[in-house]
Amino acid sequence: MRTALRLGLGGSLLALCAGCRGWQSALDPQGPEARHLRHLIWLFTGVAALVWVLVMVVLFVAIRRRCLGSPEPVALTPPAERRATFAVGVASVATVIVLALLTAVSYRATGALGQDTEDAVNIRLRGYQWWWEATYLGPLSEATFVTANELHIPVGRPVTIDLSSDDVIHSFWVPNLAGKQDLIPGRDNRITITADHAGTYRGPCAEFCGLQHAHMSLFVIAEPPAEFDKWRDAQKQPAAAPGGDEQQAGQQIVTGTQCAACHTIRGTAAKGTVAPDLTHLASRFYLAAGELPMTRGSLAAWVADPQTIKPGNNMPQVPLTGDELRAVSAYLASLK
Amino acid sequence: MKESAVALSILVLLSGCKREERSLRLQPPVAAALNQVALMPNKIGGSPPYVLFALDHPYDKNAYQLAQGKRLWKWYGCPACHGDGSGKSGPSLVDGWWRYGPDEASIFITIRDGRPHGMPSFAGKMTTEQIWQLTGYVRAMGSDYSTAAAPGRNDDVQTRPAENRAPVALDPLLHPSEAR
Amino acid sequence: MSEAGDAVDLVDSALADGILAARLAETWGTGRSLVAWLSTVDHKIVGRRYIVTAFIFLILGGVLALLMRAQLARPENRLLSADFYNQVFTMHGSNMMFLFAVPVMEAMAVYLVPLMVGTRNIAFPRLNAFSYWIYLAGGITLWTAFLLRVGPDVGWFAYVPLSGPQYGIGKRADIWAQMITFTEVSALAVAVEIVVTVFKQRAPGLSLGRMPLFVWSMLVTSFLIIVAMPAIVMASSSLILDRLVGTHFFNPAEGGDVLLYQHLFWFFGHPEVYIIFLPAVGMVSTILPTFARRPVFGYLALVLAVIAIGIFSFGLWVHHMFVTGLPRIGESFFTASSMVIAVPSGIQIFCWLATLWHGRPVLAAPMLFVLAFFATFVLGGLTGVMVASVPLDTQVHDTYFVVAHFHYVLIGGSVFPLLGGVYYWFPKLTGRMMSERCGRWVAGLVFVGFNLTFFPMHLLGLAGMPRRVYTYQPEMGWGGANLFISLSSLILAAGFLLFFIDALRSIRWGAPAGDNPWDAPSLEWATASPPPPYNFLHIPVVTSAYPLWTERETLPVTIGLRVERREVLVTTVAEARPEARETSPRNSIWPLLTALTTTVMLIWSIFSPWAVVWGSIPIGIALIGWFWPKGTPEDDA
Repeated sequence: MRTALRLGLGGSLLALCAGCRGWQSALDPQGPEARHLRHLIWLFTGVAALVWVLVMVVLFVAIRRRCLGSPEPVALTPPAERRATFAVGVASVATVIVLALLTAVSYRATGALGQDTEDAVNIRLRGYQWWWEATYLGPLSEATFVTANELHIPVGRPVTIDLSSDDVIHSFWVPNLAGKQDLIPGRDNRITITADHAGTYRGPCAEFCGLQHAHMSLFVIAEPPAEFDKWRDAQKQPAAAPGGDEQQAGQQIVTGTQCAACHTIRGTAAKGTVAPDLTHLASRFYLAAGELPMTRGSLAAWVADPQTIKPGNNMPQVPLTGDELRAVSAYLASLK
Repeated sequence: MKESAVALSILVLLSGCKREERSLRLQPPVAAALNQVALMPNKIGGSPPYVLFALDHPYDKNAYQLAQGKRLWKWYGCPACHGDGSGKSGPSLVDGWWRYGPDEASIFITIRDGRPHGMPSFAGKMTTEQIWQLTGYVRAMGSDYSTAAAPGRNDDVQTRPAENRAPVALDPLLHPSEAR
Repeated sequence: MSEAGDAVDLVDSALADGILAARLAETWGTGRSLVAWLSTVDHKIVGRRYIVTAFIFLILGGVLALLMRAQLARPENRLLSADFYNQVFTMHGSNMMFLFAVPVMEAMAVYLVPLMVGTRNIAFPRLNAFSYWIYLAGGITLWTAFLLRVGPDVGWFAYVPLSGPQYGIGKRADIWAQMITFTEVSALAVAVEIVVTVFKQRAPGLSLGRMPLFVWSMLVTSFLIIVAMPAIVMASSSLILDRLVGTHFFNPAEGGDVLLYQHLFWFFGHPEVYIIFLPAVGMVSTILPTFARRPVFGYLALVLAVIAIGIFSFGLWVHHMFVTGLPRIGESFFTASSMVIAVPSGIQIFCWLATLWHGRPVLAAPMLFVLAFFATFVLGGLTGVMVASVPLDTQVHDTYFVVAHFHYVLIGGSVFPLLGGVYYWFPKLTGRMMSERCGRWVAGLVFVGFNLTFFPMHLLGLAGMPRRVYTYQPEMGWGGANLFISLSSLILAAGFLLFFIDALRSIRWGAPAGDNPWDAPSLEWATASPPPPYNFLHIPVVTSAYPLWTERETLPVTIGLRVERREVLVTTVAEARPEARETSPRNSIWPLLTALTTTVMLIWSIFSPWAVVWGSIPIGIALIGWFWPKGTPEDDA
């Protein structure tokens, strides 16, 4: 029992430590929205803890205290009953007051969230089974470029994200920056996030969306405005030309075979639209919606056998020889 | 009597399993073998690969494979020529008439190698498994029997009954030339 | 009936007690043959079956939970495939909600309510038998499908479009939706029986103001079922129609709406939580006074609180949809309403505390579960206040925080009182006591195991772990906490295992209990343990809310019911003044046959809509058989 208790405390502390820091934690806010929410979480937790302790203390005393009076169950003493009525009445009124206050606080917090501003960066995020397509929009809401599974945002500037889904319901949630919002087919939702600090924040899909719901993550990279502009300008460019024979061969395979039917690589013959845009694939940090870190090795592994790495995803296994695979991974790794 | 009832129910149950099983990864050698369709010299019909029998025709019977085929139908732009299946610039696939025969081998060949008068080859665009999935879906779409494994309607504007509500063509079987 | 002759007019007052008991047992009893066993309509036998079946589903659901914990014990575990894991968690949720939690509460009511109100059988006993068979069929259907790997994989609330025709591949979602049909039919049937039994069959003098609180809870629960279930009938039927017939209820392209499904589902789904919780409240209110050795404090407040919870529970459903992008002002209304429901819940807690404060608590096993209930349910209720806040919910919705929250309210709020209830009423059901020592161990293991398992989930949720993931990446740093949770779940499982061992052992070898081992005040203890087929030799007359405490020696009784035919006393709704004698149907095999034909129709309809047409014919025949006069004395009344 005691060891269990100690283990319990240890485990809880462990989880707590994991929760307070980290790139996917509601308790480690990096933007005003998430900070509001953390205040709210702590406030509610504090009140809840207090109430719980009070109830437990009363319960403990109630069990422990010796009660005077007759042991006959139906013989009640009116003064005691009156006192109990008063106590229950007071407790009930206190409950009403506390709840009313909490409701008011919650309502105020709602108002403070998601303020739209003029100079916001505008992104259209579309959910697919099991990846994200991000389209950066220009000043007139026209698409400027498309990327996948990774958002870059400038620090300190609000970002409005238009959320929609192509297939089933997904949910956008980057806990370090804001609460979640669903992507629902046939509906348009919108969320505003702001990052106060540069950093990499992770967001899982938060609404069950089928087989690979567990492997549908998104990264938000907040960076200083200058770097963000640099990144944006780079993303607008078509894909880098292959350098060297191996990459050349890789490009030919990618654009000439099954790959090109689904993927787009701007500036080449690959113009498919049902799978993530690969134009600047190697500039991203992760591959396959947060599943593998971006290295040439994982690119090769992914192309060679996507169904073992992420069973059920929609990428087919294209038969390639070893040389072809090397060429393809070299080419893909060059798409900075 | 009792034995046969038990055997029958086991058979029904097992067929249920087969229909719902989701095999997500096809072994590469099996995929290669599935490409070995023996073609008749006129390139119209042929015999499907033996491995298809060994697998027990998953692309016709398995709900997951059929649903994947349905996705591919859209993703590979089939509706551009065949519309919702009832034909546009390309022929209808639900009227019961097949220019190159209704068997799976010839439909597979049609998709893989293409046909004269506009049907392109998808050999370099789809994997063998995908072509078989699409073949299964095309057959389910045009079949005159309702198959319980067939997918339901799409979340789209509806222009014809869902696949699992086949037959799609309710009119008596008319040759396309007579129908027009 | 001429051949019945004078015998049918024989009245209970004309016979000595011994002969009367034998004659009544003959009239109300169930034979020993298989057919008799299948055709019984005795609420105690049906209720017992219901309870046993529900607990078997609890075991099965628990095994699934352990499977999930094994898979999540370490990151990127490949023990279960994604496909299988999705089926497992869907089965766990659906099984626990639809095949365990709701039925087990109804089962307790089917067994206990007629005894508590002092009548001989539940109202509409054949419907009662039918409801059990159809529930069993639904459970078997779902589990057979799962064992054939056709288990539903869309989550227990099966949101469209994932469960819709395009993305819900194969027959999996159809089986889920049809299982709902089975359980909703069964739940509605029981709800109607309970309402009628409570309103019309109470013993004389058992006015509404004296009714045991468990009966009050079941009455309110039954009304919740009657009002809430049609919403899920709508949701699951529309889903099936979309999938099988090609309608467009949830297809945005044809003017349908994806969110409509969520509204329908949660309009049922939220009251569902209270359908599970309110009976447990009733159990607490029953167990507590017995062991606090005094009447419950604030009877009227408790009754009003239960009614208030029942009504408010229909105004909360949108708090499951706070992140779907509904208008903020509307969401805030639901924040307020969700907070409001905490008030009656709080009042209940305060009244119970006052009962304990001014009582002489005896910490017997059932009472330990009630104490465990306090500690966990209050915590679950408080996290409920947290998720009721729109902005806060946007962070914790669909994370392990919510998983922790609803297990605290469902296990803490419902299963703990239920286990207490089993320890409490086991002697009534079997005539034997469960082991007090085992009971203490069970309470300890379950309580400790539960908290060690579920409390860290709050923290995991805040640390960003979404629910319904079949695995997680090692770099997320959740591995330690998950391993800890998985190990703790074994403690919880050990507690349940011990509980089942104790129950099985005690049926055979438990100490004989006597009529009223706990010196409890309500009417079910006024008869033998286990009760005879006719429940009470004479229908008692009630003069207070605690009849066995105020009339310790002998209860006054009423006479005049006939012996040779099944007859129950019908009383007025409010005051329970005797109104009439009403016959109660005899045993019949037709409810079983009707359930079988209904099952065939429902399962067939997954494969062809024509089943609804052709499958109705055998159902019609079975119903004709059900209602056809059989020439029994009951027919001519």
